[in-house]
Amino acid sequence: MSLRADQIERYSRHILLQDIGGKGQEKLLAGRVLIIGAGGLGAPIALYLGAAGVGTLGIADADMVDVTNLQRQVIHFTPDIGKPKVVSAAEKVRAINPDVTVHPHQEWISAENIAGFIADYDFIIDGTDNFATKFLINDACVLGNKPYSHGGILRFDGQTLTVKPHESACYRCIFSAPPPKDAIPTCSEAGVIGVLPGVIGTIQATEAIKYLLGIGDLLTGRLLTYNATSLTFREIRIQRNPKCPVCGSQPTLTELKDNSDALNVCELETT
Amino acid sequence: MTFVKTKLELEKLIAGDTLEVLLCEGEPLSNVPKTAIEQGFTVVENVHVKDNVHKLVIQKREGSPA
Repeated sequence: MSLRADQIERYSRHILLQDIGGKGQEKLLAGRVLIIGAGGLGAPIALYLGAAGVGTLGIADADMVDVTNLQRQVIHFTPDIGKPKVVSAAEKVRAINPDVTVHPHQEWISAENIAGFIADYDFIIDGTDNFATKFLINDACVLGNKPYSHGGILRFDGQTLTVKPHESACYRCIFSAPPPKDAIPTCSEAGVIGVLPGVIGTIQATEAIKYLLGIGDLLTGRLLTYNATSLTFREIRIQRNPKCPVCGSQPTLTELKDNSDALNVCELETT
Repeated sequence: MTFVKTKLELEKLIAGDTLEVLLCEGEPLSNVPKTAIEQGFTVVENVHVKDNVHKLVIQKREGSPA
């Protein structure tokens, strides 16, 4: 692949960087990233990865744009209310960068379909607000050996972790099972400051770009937490758990299943 | 954009090869040699050719960006 004249201009600020250059930009254009969730986290992730020229973006979400989304889901605009989120998000990414092929998947992710989705991508990003799906994404990525970025937000707090299956700690190494339904308030109950997904989602997009380029140190083995009120980041070192039910030495979780007891979803509950 | 295009050509070379670039005076002449050195290349020649045009010879060395 060689860059066209218009691509050289578009990506000139990347090409100038010592760790990217033309060859790195070609890697991004050949890269395939699946974003699960086109909400608060998925919005900056899709916008930045699209602008960066990640060549193929899958965006999965079954939800429709609602007026309560617009305070933080910056990829959706007021005229998009009522439109499928994946359609709205795909339109914006294509408008920013026609180089990007966007595959909108207007479906809820489930144990039945997730393996098929992630198989086609190099890197997966969890942009959900739903414990059941977060655990499912972790399990599917570990079992399918796909690197992925976990992200979560609530009120003024966010967290993110990158997982390289069988090399670094996974989400279940830290949290072996989802919390019971209703144990944790949802965003619609507890609220979320609108700028928070911008911070966490942008870090997740950075991880995807670094992974595709093969540069830097990924956020593996380190859970990064962020509190917006005190403006503090904290890094918690985490190691692989030999008793992890999915990536431990004697895994008990060897096939995917939905955790309906843990269904605790911002977007789902507002629809 | 001059260094962007220069860098793309430098990436195609192997260590030890040189690239000849004709530059206009002003911003390109002030930026390209400086950035090439910052990014690990060697400027082996920088001469005035004619009018406001300069010739720059840049060498890719071991450890220069791929």
